[in-house]
Amino acid sequence: MSLDVAIAPPHPGRWRRLLGSDYFILLISALYFLALAPFIPGFATPENLRNLLANSLPLLVVAAGQTVVLIAGGIDLSVTAIMAATSVQGALVMQRMPNHGLLATVTGVAAMLGIGAVVGGGNGMAITRLRMPPFIVTLTAMMFFSGFAVWVTQSQKINGLPEDFNNLGGKLPFTLAASLLAVGLLGWLLRRSLFGAWLYAVGHNPRTARVSGVPVDGVLVGAYVLSGLGAALASVLLTGQGETGDPVLGRYLLLDVIGASVIGGASFFGGRGNVLSTAAGVLFIKLIDNSLGLLGSSHFTIMMVKGCLILAAALADSLRHRLVAAN
Amino acid sequence: MIEFQGVAKSYDGIRALGPISFALRPGTILGLIGENGAGKSTLMNLLAATVQPDAGQMLLGGQRYAPREPGAALNQGVALIHQELNLFPNLSIAENLFLTRFPRHWCPPFIQRHALQAEARELLAEVGLDLDPGTLVEQLSPGESQLVEIARALGAAPRLILFDEATTSLGTREAERLFQLVEKLRQQGISMIYVSHTLADVRRLCDDLVVLRDGLVVGQGPVAEFSLPRMISLMVGRQLDQLYPTRTGEPQTDLVLEVRGISQPGVMRNISFQLRRGEILGLAGLLGAGRSELARVLFGLERPSSGEIRLDGIPLPPGQVRQRIQRGMAFLTEDRRTDGLCLNASLTDNLGLVVLPQYASGNTGRIDRTSLQGAITTVREAVRLSAKAADRQPARTLSGGNQQKVVLGKWLLARPRVLILDEPTRGIDVGAKFEIYRLIQAVADQGAGVLLISSEMEELLGLCDRILVLSRGEITDTLARDEFDQSRILRSALAHTLTA
Repeated sequence: MSLDVAIAPPHPGRWRRLLGSDYFILLISALYFLALAPFIPGFATPENLRNLLANSLPLLVVAAGQTVVLIAGGIDLSVTAIMAATSVQGALVMQRMPNHGLLATVTGVAAMLGIGAVVGGGNGMAITRLRMPPFIVTLTAMMFFSGFAVWVTQSQKINGLPEDFNNLGGKLPFTLAASLLAVGLLGWLLRRSLFGAWLYAVGHNPRTARVSGVPVDGVLVGAYVLSGLGAALASVLLTGQGETGDPVLGRYLLLDVIGASVIGGASFFGGRGNVLSTAAGVLFIKLIDNSLGLLGSSHFTIMMVKGCLILAAALADSLRHRLVAAN
Repeated sequence: MIEFQGVAKSYDGIRALGPISFALRPGTILGLIGENGAGKSTLMNLLAATVQPDAGQMLLGGQRYAPREPGAALNQGVALIHQELNLFPNLSIAENLFLTRFPRHWCPPFIQRHALQAEARELLAEVGLDLDPGTLVEQLSPGESQLVEIARALGAAPRLILFDEATTSLGTREAERLFQLVEKLRQQGISMIYVSHTLADVRRLCDDLVVLRDGLVVGQGPVAEFSLPRMISLMVGRQLDQLYPTRTGEPQTDLVLEVRGISQPGVMRNISFQLRRGEILGLAGLLGAGRSELARVLFGLERPSSGEIRLDGIPLPPGQVRQRIQRGMAFLTEDRRTDGLCLNASLTDNLGLVVLPQYASGNTGRIDRTSLQGAITTVREAVRLSAKAADRQPARTLSGGNQQKVVLGKWLLARPRVLILDEPTRGIDVGAKFEIYRLIQAVADQGAGVLLISSEMEELLGLCDRILVLSRGEITDTLARDEFDQSRILRSALAHTLTA
């Protein structure tokens, strides 16, 4: 009965094509900016835009990692907990090397990235080897590492970090370089590499991927490792920005991370999403944050608005899925 | 009891059944036999109202019978016992029995628990099951579940019960219990239609027989008039037409695949065979004979409990799909939608999936898209994929035939030495079938060994150099091309049931 639909070539209407386009959200962001710029004082100033960019980069890094997991058909709720845990652990490592500025920075960053990769790998192993649902695995990882970060520091912030380290997150050129390098590499992996092609295949249909010789488990573990690395790098940037190891770093960020990916077109059904679209999603979310903040809205009002917008994006995703799916 | 008058049903313009006319006498059991695809299931689905006829009419007890939905069929006294068990394993027996008609108190949401238990007990007694109605169905054996399903049907006070391959999941003793129940129901005056591949059972249970072939009734009458050989010849009796391309090559002498003593408890026992280069080896058997399971073991998707598989004389370790692909094995699965294609991925991505590693740089993993695209374009032409299909088009939007060509194409790109095909022409039209046959022959002519699983006897006879027959997980016969004989194949496929 649905055979006619299945054979008919896809004929998306103009609005539908726009809805599915990678540039849709970029267009919306631009319209939003242009519409509000005249009415919000200080919105369209160079300082504010610079500020907006600085705030967007850490989110971009962690959301890009999340996108990788979403493409594989999973979800990683543990990213903000990884950020908090790596923030305090990295700070503790660097605190012990007070007179070794550059070396301390390198060691600290390496430790943070290492922890991110290991936790991500652990998530991936639990999901593939023990066949546990990603939601449960990463939710429990989130609980554990959120608690761990506070426990380790007795809820204290850790100050006195090397200046080189603080510059990474605090000075925009450094932040920009580190973020773009990481995200660019990720984008290359997704678009050009064998891993990327396998990742999309696993997200589309893990059974077909397996029959076709794709090492499905390895690809999935790799996806969670990348997500953990993304979270760790975001932690490096934010820790440097705040110049403190913060046990509750990124506590409000999870919504933004998943929201940015989904607004950017990654699908909870797997197989969809890319770094550029996620960047557009990040921009959109940060624009809302920034504009509502300038208008003096409270954090909670902003949360309400963003909640509605992410729901709308998820709805669009689901609609799009239903429109294109033959049955 | 039930009468068919010129009933016909087509799916997408392809006739599945009819027009057929026959009648079932009240209080008797009618056996319905035929090959896979002969129209038995369609007939059952018409009676159970999961599909509607295109032409003709059915009479139930002299009244016009035209239910619009399964619930209506049940209300008019027609109950279908499915081939696969259709119970909710997570619910109790009683809940399964009364799912659609719980005895209720005056206020609707409350269920009369006591009445439920009592009525459930009564129904269970009727099918001879001495179990607590509160038992979860998942704790039951297949035979007990089957009886519960019959009890559920009896709860609707049926006049006609349809059994569709009711014994496939049952052991001998459980089947015996079922037969006794069927006998008892007949004495109560309930009419039944009994569909089965197990011809000995049909002879034993049924009063009358209807033989279907290609959707038409090719034989009917009292079961006493049908010997087993006559049943078989009626089921298969047709000539091969010119649907098959002429074979140019022939099998070579050197072996490419050797299978020695593969066993998997309850699924297959001591399977051994050899496949030559350039040979098309058919694997015949009924549904559930273990053919697809064998294919999955050969390809490393399942592990056998014992046995050895050699490719080019070198053993293949169990359960290593990637290694098998690297060494030249390819596997077109039975259901292209679940594990043959990425339906939402583009045609190009689907075609390239298997050979990606060959086009990736060893150091960076960078895929050489240009070369890959070139190879994909070549194979697109080789499998004669519809020119209308765009490279970026999702596989989902293609017709069944083109989808199958994509799956075949992705394996051809890997230049297989052994190609395993599981029902390669299922659900695709005649034109695409011919092209797939041509491709299969071409692969063999280029020196690969082909293992072809098919439920279409014609296809096996038309394409293969040799045919193995599988029955309940064992090879019961091997036929060389000059020995090909439909009756013999069917007899061997039924080997276990004929001797039972």
